[in-house]
Amino acid sequence: MNRVLGGLAAYLLLGVAALTVLLPVYYVLVGAFMGPGDLAVYPPAVVPHHLTTGNFAAAARAVPLARQYLNSVLVAGVITAAQLLTSVLAAYALVFLPLRGRGAVFGVFLATLMVPWEAVIIPNYLTVSDWGLANSYFGLVLPFLASGFGTFMLRQSFRQFPAELRDAARIDGAGHWRFLWRILVPLNKPSLAAIAIYVFLSAWNQYFWPLIITRTPQMQTVQIGLTSLSYADAADPGLILAGVLLSLLPTLALVVLGQRFIVRGLTAGAVR
Amino acid sequence: MPRPPSSSPPAEKVLAWVYLLPSLAVFALFLGYPLYRTFYLSAHGNDLFGAPTRFVGLDHYTALFGSAEFYRTLLTTALFVLLTVVPGVLGALVLVLLLEGRLRGVRVLRSAFALPFAFSVASAAVVFGVFYNPATGVLNGLLSHLRLGPAAWLTDPHHALVSVALATVWLNLGYNVLVLSAGVGSIGSEITEAARLDGAGGWRLARSITVPLLGPHLFFLVVVSTINALQSFGQINILTRGGPDHATSTLVYDVYDKAFANGSSDFGAASARAVVLLVVVLACTAVQFGVLERKVHYA
Repeated sequence: MNRVLGGLAAYLLLGVAALTVLLPVYYVLVGAFMGPGDLAVYPPAVVPHHLTTGNFAAAARAVPLARQYLNSVLVAGVITAAQLLTSVLAAYALVFLPLRGRGAVFGVFLATLMVPWEAVIIPNYLTVSDWGLANSYFGLVLPFLASGFGTFMLRQSFRQFPAELRDAARIDGAGHWRFLWRILVPLNKPSLAAIAIYVFLSAWNQYFWPLIITRTPQMQTVQIGLTSLSYADAADPGLILAGVLLSLLPTLALVVLGQRFIVRGLTAGAVR
Repeated sequence: MPRPPSSSPPAEKVLAWVYLLPSLAVFALFLGYPLYRTFYLSAHGNDLFGAPTRFVGLDHYTALFGSAEFYRTLLTTALFVLLTVVPGVLGALVLVLLLEGRLRGVRVLRSAFALPFAFSVASAAVVFGVFYNPATGVLNGLLSHLRLGPAAWLTDPHHALVSVALATVWLNLGYNVLVLSAGVGSIGSEITEAARLDGAGGWRLARSITVPLLGPHLFFLVVVSTINALQSFGQINILTRGGPDHATSTLVYDVYDKAFANGSSDFGAASARAVVLLVVVLACTAVQFGVLERKVHYA
């Protein structure tokens, strides 16, 4: 009897928690299609009276949403590709190449994980501005082309690579470059996928750096565009929610489809 | 671990540095040099455009620690950490304990609770901005159905920090649930099965087995959440801009406010605040490594 009551209470608690946690998600998914008649009234409707796709076009009129979306795709794509490349090379050197002071070099990579980015953002702003790269794609991606996190995770995977396989490759005449790209990288795809998902999520979701380093709406990322929507048209929540829904499409897809990869990298480091 | 041969050709030694160079160059330019530069700027005055002028030593720091406003900023920062970390970790713990119990049909909820992980700080803040809207906000709308409210979520100095913290707790919940779920998954089912055979019910199992064994995961989460809270910026800038009446002005927001907000370029004073932030975050990291070093064995 006690157990049945406990089970009921647990279900009830979970139900309430699920409703609370999912409320913002629900309002993004449904509110993006709700007109001002449903949303811009008090109290706003919970269930829409009629659905419209007009919010998306209206949001794209309020800010250059298509261009900003392209900017985000470009910036997050370049950062992800570059971090994968630099991390693979660095991890390879740390594990498979002769290196004097290996411990110290690895220490540098670990140390980069500890520096809060906000504490160095002013000098970086000055550097990028001095180089004339403020408000440009280069300025948006340049500080993020390498990753202590990616190198750290790949080093862990590479260290577990079987020595026999490596020796076999060497006997077959594979040099470092060939061994790295033909054997090591294909066999470490799960780790690479996990890193790619993390890097893409954090690059796509960046806020502080794109906020200060861009000046024109044409160069802003979609995250900054969202906030302009919320400042520009506070009276129409439908526009804002439509923008949020668009900005969420790639990250929702990654979180839903890539969850097993995400769990691999969970405790390897905080990347948000 | 595969080892390179003891007598490596010189070409291999060069190759190692070639492979390391891209990463090390980025770190040197955008982490190493700016670390030095932050200290340098914090010890110099600056003109209206932010260019450093003369050496002022510790003047920025003495001004900082001599102002009541700065202590208020530190207090707000500490409160924000408390208001996000404690509910965030405890809430996720309760959810995960319920999810990993033996209830039927709740597994699918784990993926649902992970959904906030897809939100950026900007998208979460913007959605909560819609929710908190005093005139047409969803939350006041819901309160009105319960014949409560309306509440001044962001415009009352006594509520604003709590409201921003609430959005942050929601944003972090997905990550926290995933971490603790992974932690529960790593507890061997032999242990929980044995306890069940000994007659332990759900509550007893959670209290005596699961939570103690989750210790390292909980500790990790507390430290990571604390560091995240200390660095939180987007939700504050979007929802309140540090207001009303500085009620949500944390250390990071103060850095932004002095350096970038409203055309301000007071890089010297802002850098002194950035150094304080650096010290606080590094202290948290040191605590993490100090404790984890003793608890976790790194292979």
